Amino acid sequence: MTETRYTPLRARHEALGASFTDFGGWQMPVRYTSDLAEHHAVRQAAGVFDISHMAEFTVRGADAAAYLDFALAGRLSAMSVGKAKYSLLLAEDGGIIDDVIVYRLADDDFLIISNAGNRDAVRDALADRTVGFAVAAEDVSDEHALIAVQGPAAERILTEVRGITDVSVPWSEQKYYSSAQAAFQGVPLLLARTGYTGEDGFELLGAAAEAEALWDAVLAAGESHGLVPAGLAARDTLRLEAGMPLYGHELSRDIKPAQAGLGRVVVADKERFVGKDAVTPAPGARVLVGLTAEGRRAGRAGYAVVDEDGSVLGEITSGALSPTLGHPIAMAFVDPASAEEGTAVFLDVRGTRIPATVTALPFYRRKK
Amino acid sequence: MTDLTSLKYSEEHEWVAADGGTATIGITDYAADALGDIVFVELPAVGTELSRGDVFGEAESTKSVSELYSPVAGTVTEVNQAVVDDPALLNASPFEDAWLIKVSIADGALDGLLDRDGYTAITEG
Repeated sequence: MTETRYTPLRARHEALGASFTDFGGWQMPVRYTSDLAEHHAVRQAAGVFDISHMAEFTVRGADAAAYLDFALAGRLSAMSVGKAKYSLLLAEDGGIIDDVIVYRLADDDFLIISNAGNRDAVRDALADRTVGFAVAAEDVSDEHALIAVQGPAAERILTEVRGITDVSVPWSEQKYYSSAQAAFQGVPLLLARTGYTGEDGFELLGAAAEAEALWDAVLAAGESHGLVPAGLAARDTLRLEAGMPLYGHELSRDIKPAQAGLGRVVVADKERFVGKDAVTPAPGARVLVGLTAEGRRAGRAGYAVVDEDGSVLGEITSGALSPTLGHPIAMAFVDPASAEEGTAVFLDVRGTRIPATVTALPFYRRKK
Repeated sequence: MTDLTSLKYSEEHEWVAADGGTATIGITDYAADALGDIVFVELPAVGTELSRGDVFGEAESTKSVSELYSPVAGTVTEVNQAVVDDPALLNASPFEDAWLIKVSIADGALDGLLDRDGYTAITEG
């Protein structure tokens, strides 16, 4: 048994009456009152998520950019300071160790945010790959709390949070996938316009010691704008509607980026990077697609995708009744012959065959 | 409000209210809360014969699926279409509006089920 972990906001979640669930060894709030209400609040107003379980690494040194070009699938050296980029940490065999967001804070100073459940694997891979580079990769997860404020009202709410000062770029001028510096009660706070919901929003990386005060300040500022605390259940349905992959479902050591529709993340013409020689999927490898169905009965992770004769075409990796769209949606890996948009397939829902259609991702796109 | 001490319970979190030869069956608030927001309910046809422990339907939330196990043996005489049409009733009113099925039962059908204290001992254990 590994030790059960809690974020610095545990007491706040308990006071709000949250139900908890295990996620990658962490006890996290799965919902506070209603996961549907939390989902809709994020689409229509705003939600605040404690995502302090996620891992953070600093990458610093004269070779930091060159190191990241080697260690990760993308060309991070091409990012300008203040930008953020989605990337992948690949194994030598081209499988995915984790998906991450990289923030360039200065020429020789980067921050990587990775999934909680992959923290050890990411730390080990980052350390192994430093050989020959003037760089230090350090796990700074325990020092930090990460709070996501997501939804159309997020920017307005954050401008009203008491205690956030010294914002380096005005909120309204912060671009999607960028970061800015600020302070909360005098302690450094990183503002990142990123998220995992398909809505506009920010992720606030601050000191663990200030987490409760920041959480309280966000809730206080958000109350009149319809902000609610939201749990992992809503986060999962939000990211699924937005077509965003979840490690352990759409991504794994056995999946290569192009299979998951992430070929664009890999800059294959880089001279060298870990996984380069094996990054191309085998011919005929299954690919990730979106599926939509009618009715209210959802396909779930692990259910088969079949043809009219019952022959297996693939397997669902995530599925739910979409709260926003009102019909079932799923992501699945299917044989390439069945991956074309509009292909009619069936979901094997515990013995009942439900008609479904291959659909372009994402299922939901916010209005700009 | 239903007097929860007047009900019988199964370890699978169904409740039973017996009235003569008819048992009304639902799921407990504990089960509904554990599932989260329930978005789909499937119930059997009237006339279905159930043995104790048979799966008589299922409830799906956004996050998970739960099978519904009959706590008694008998024949389904009535099905609550209101819950099928609005599964959120299960979260809002699990002991009243969101009863699931009525079953005609024989004498002794409730033997071995838990009383309120026995059931709360499980959920609070």
